[in-house]
Parts: sequence; C-alpha cells; structure tokens
Amino acid sequence: MRGWKPAPHILLLLPAFVVLAAVVVVPLLLSLYSSFTPFRLTRPDSIYTFIGFRNYLRLFADQEFWVAFGRTVLLLTIALNLEMVLGLFLALLVEKATRGQRLLRTIMMFPMMFSPILVGFQFKFMFNDNIGLVNNALQSLGLTDRAIPWLIDSQLAFTSILIAEIWSSTSVFAIFILAGLMAMPKEPLEAAKVDGCTPLQSFRYVTWPFIMPFAYIAMTIRSLDIARAYDIVKIMTDGGPAKRTEILWTLISRTAYSDARMGLANAMAYVAIFLSILFTILFFRQLAKARQQIGAEW
Amino acid sequence: MATVSLKNLVKKYGHLEVVHAINLDVADREFVALVGPSGCGKSTTLRMIAGLEAISGGHIHIGDREVNNLPPRQRNISMVFQSYALYPHMTVAENMGFSLKIAGKSQDEIASAVADAAKTLGLEELLDRRPSQLSGGQRQRVAMGRAIVRHPDVFLFDEPLSNLDAKLRMQMRTEIKKLHAKVQSTVIYVTHDQVEAMTLADRIVIMRDGHIEQVGPPEEVFRRPATRFVAGFIGSPTMNLHNAVVSDGRLVFANGDTLPLPAQFKDRVSAGQKVIFGLRPDDLYPTGHGIHSGEAAEVHAVEVPVSLTEPLGNETLVFAEFAGQDWISRMLNPKPLRVGDRINLSFDLSQSHLFDAASEKSLRG
Repeated sequence: MRGWKPAPHILLLLPAFVVLAAVVVVPLLLSLYSSFTPFRLTRPDSIYTFIGFRNYLRLFADQEFWVAFGRTVLLLTIALNLEMVLGLFLALLVEKATRGQRLLRTIMMFPMMFSPILVGFQFKFMFNDNIGLVNNALQSLGLTDRAIPWLIDSQLAFTSILIAEIWSSTSVFAIFILAGLMAMPKEPLEAAKVDGCTPLQSFRYVTWPFIMPFAYIAMTIRSLDIARAYDIVKIMTDGGPAKRTEILWTLISRTAYSDARMGLANAMAYVAIFLSILFTILFFRQLAKARQQIGAEW
Repeated sequence: MATVSLKNLVKKYGHLEVVHAINLDVADREFVALVGPSGCGKSTTLRMIAGLEAISGGHIHIGDREVNNLPPRQRNISMVFQSYALYPHMTVAENMGFSLKIAGKSQDEIASAVADAAKTLGLEELLDRRPSQLSGGQRQRVAMGRAIVRHPDVFLFDEPLSNLDAKLRMQMRTEIKKLHAKVQSTVIYVTHDQVEAMTLADRIVIMRDGHIEQVGPPEEVFRRPATRFVAGFIGSPTMNLHNAVVSDGRLVFANGDTLPLPAQFKDRVSAGQKVIFGLRPDDLYPTGHGIHSGEAAEVHAVEVPVSLTEPLGNETLVFAEFAGQDWISRMLNPKPLRVGDRINLSFDLSQSHLFDAASEKSLRG
C-alpha cells in the first residue's frame, strides 16, 4: 500500500461507499446471481451451479406465477382507484370543515398508525365466518341466515383483502389531496364562480387539474406499497385457501422459505420489481405532465 | 350595461359589523372607484356585489334585478382580481375563453371573441402561452381580457394594479382608462391608491371603517372634501391639517402662533370653536414660487425656518416650521434651499379648509 495516497475527498467518501456496498450492492448482486442458479437453502452448494435463464424460462411458462402476478395487478388497480376516489371525497369533506380540521386530519390518519399485521388480524377476525363481526351483523340484521365464507370463497376473500387494504391506506390519498387543496390559491376558484361555473364545473376545470399532481404522488407511493403487499394477505388468508388469493409476494416467500427454492424465488422477485418500476415510471410521467400543466414551481 | 345600486348594505362577520348600511347608486356606464385605507370595507363591498360574499342586510340591484341571493354566475358580472387569479393550467386563449366555454358557446364564437379581446389588449402573440410564462403586466392584461370577452353588465376590479411595479402601474392605468372608453361599460374599481382613483374614475367613493365618507367626482372630493379624513386621504402630498381655536377673527394654534381667519369661514365659526385648519401644499408656497402667477386675493405671508427639503426636479417640497409643526409647501421654479434658511411662506387662505374638531366635518357651506 506504500505510495497509494488517495485524494482526501475519496478517502472521506470511502466509509459511505463501504457501507452502501455491504448492505445494498452486494446483496443485490448476490440475489441477482442466485436467480441464475438452482439455489436451495437446504443445499448450500447448489449456489455454485449456474443454470443461465432456466429459472426465468420456467417462470414464464408457470401458470401459477402468472395468476399471482395478474391478481397482484388486479388488486393494485382496484385498490388504487377506489382509494383515489374515497381519498378525494374524504379530503374534500375535511377541507370543508371550518372547525376541528386538525382533529379530523389526525383521526383520518389513524389507520396508517396501525401495523399492517395488526390490520390483517383485525380484519381476519371481522371476516371470520363463525365468530366474525361482519357475519354477526348481517345475521342480526336479518340480511342473511347463512355464515358467509368471507375468507374462503375466492372472490369474497379477494374482496375482504381489498377492503382491509383500502381501509388502512385510503388516508394516504386523503392526506396528499388535502395538502393539494390547502396549497391551492383560492382566487382562481372565485374567478371560476364569476366566470359562471357551477360548483361541479369549478371542481372539474379548476380544482381537479390543480390537485392531480398530488394524486399522482399518492398513486406512485401506493402502487409501490401494493405491489409489495404481503403482510395483510399473509395474515388474512396466507394466499389460500388452495392459492385462491395468492399474490406475488406470498408466492415468492412460499417458494423461497417453505419450498426452499431461493434461486427461483429470486427470479420471481426480479420480475415483481420490474412491475413496480414500470408503475413508478408510468406515474412519474403523469406527474411531470400534470405539474407542467399547472405551472407548478416545485 | 347596467346600473348598480346598493341600499343599506350591511356585512357582518359574526358580531363584528364591517360594512355599515351603505348606500350607493352607480349609473350605467359610469366608472366608480371605491377608495380607502386597508380594512375600510371597500373590497368586502365589491365582493358582495360580485356575490363572493354573502350579504348580511340590505339590497343589491344590478340593472333592475335584485341579486341579493343570486350566485355570482347568475349576476352577469366579471371581475379582475388583485392576484390575477388566472387558471394556471390553461393557456391565455383558454383562460380568456373559459367563461364562454362554460356558457356553452360554440368553438367559433369563442375563438372570435378571444381574438377580439386579444386584439384590444395586444395579447395576440401570447395566446398559446401559459400564465406561468407571462410577466406581471401581461398576466394582468389576460385577466382583463378574460373579463371583457363576456360583455358583462358590470366590471368589478379588485385592486388590479397593486401587484405591479410603479412604472407598469402607470402604464396599465392608462390602458384601463382607454379600455373603459372603448368598451363603455359600468365599472366598479377598488383601490387604496388615491391617484388611481382620481385619474380613472368618474366618481370616487371614499370609504372609512365601513362607512362612506364622501361620494363625488374627483375634482369635487379634491376641492371640497366633506370631512377631515377625505381631506387627508385625497391629494399628494397630503394636505396640511393642524388644530386651532377660533379667537378674535384669527386662528390660534397650539403654540400661540396665529393666522387670519379665512374670509369664507367668518360667518361659519364662533369664537372659541375648536377647528382643524387645512391647506394643500399647492396653496402654501415660498413667496414668489406659487402655482398662481399673480398673488391671489387672500394671501398671508409668514417668515419661517426651513426644516427639510425634497427636491423633485421641476419642483421642491419644502417642509417649514410654523406654529410648532411641520408644514409641507410646494415650491415651483425651485431655488436651492438649506435646512435652517428662513423663507417667506405664503398661505393662500382663499383655498383653505376648515373642519370642526369634534365632528371632523367641513365647515364650508
């Protein structure tokens, strides 16, 4: 090492590089590499067998994977849209409140304060077909005399998960849109009133374009959230029964840990990440467009 | 085109009354300026006419319609806001045509109306730009364009020039005046700038604390202010206003200095009455440097020390000490003066004002 004199700025940056390499770059490269091997946790030496794209080829032909993939996209699409609409209504209502707005905002954020695992348990209990609150309520009200198999029927279980997901995260949209509403200058709205707009037209032509960027930010964040959804589903149905509610990450974790096929699971994970990147690019494009439209200076 | 009439118009916020039963009639095609210091209720009044604020009492008529409870969109008015209030996501053309689009006009109609307005305001080059790409003056012009495309009954201006720099403000002031001459419609214009009000309006409404102090043509509110407040508010530099007591046909100031009681007020005051004496800087000048070529009839000269000068080029404002207070005088054809110089100051008493100290109302007949 004699004679090797790194410039001070490189020397000072080195610790950061080392830490980043250790916790991000090396695991990333290792997992990428392992997706090209038949690596099984039970057979550590299998990591040295290079099999090229065989894991990926297998995935593309794997119907189970594509069903989970499709289900994740479906969950993402429905949840995002419903959360968007509900969050918008919530934000508009809270913004109208003249008193206690702070309190309302805080209450609105309560669902975000709970761990998704706990939300999962709560909804698992509520939707339980024997002792759950939902069936209890429906039966007490005389709407049905059957025990509805909320978490067992494929479509009902999907709906139940959707409800839990929406309950816990609608406030993300509400908060962002509310921020947009509060940052919005009031004069253009007054100008719209004078220009002859009904309240609905004011919303359509003035308010909505202004809060769109805020909605897109919320969408980006939430699309990443849902694309990696795991905890609520794991607790409520664990992808079952019989894989009726399997989504990407429950499938990946099962493949990696229960089946111990780490190589294949890593290949799946990379495809899943690709999905996330795709959505992020999509929403950021929209965001840039919307921002430019309102002439935002941020 | 329409008249606007306010009858006993009241605005309350909770228990706080900010506009106290004001009455005002604006004639068709008249340009009326509401002027007053901030918080005097002028903007609130305008917003009530626009329908952006609910009224707490009284009546508003536009034309022969009572509009008390009509939403803004049914009043056929247009408004120019202080902050321009353009729609940031629309181009200039879309901004200007928006009201017509909402009204369900055809594309062709909108396009020709926008083109007309753009031509009037010199905005043809900018029609495809967005507000964020425009300068303050251009934005202001777009805001006016948006107002004129609809041919509304009444134009409402809410301090439209306050956000512009001094030079641009003067330029836009001229343009607004030209515009009014061209479109010939009823205008109600709110400003805190008395110069804007004087230069633009057919009639000025001076407001203070939610009351109307005086209504009249610019010349009249300048020449014959009805109250001390109007006297102090209108005119630049402001009128010299100093307390005095009437005694033996003279005005006695706090420190004992006196001026002769102006002839026109001789029969209107009684001995011992507390008054406020007012004289515009134009009517107070170093002898030989006044506006009037010859000496006017009722001039009283006093020798006083100079306490400050503000040279403006063609004239100098001379602050001189008399009766223990600073008086502003206007010196035409100025000659250099230094602080402490003693000059002969001419008081043109025929132009003076006298207000009752208690009621602050003019003692002029």
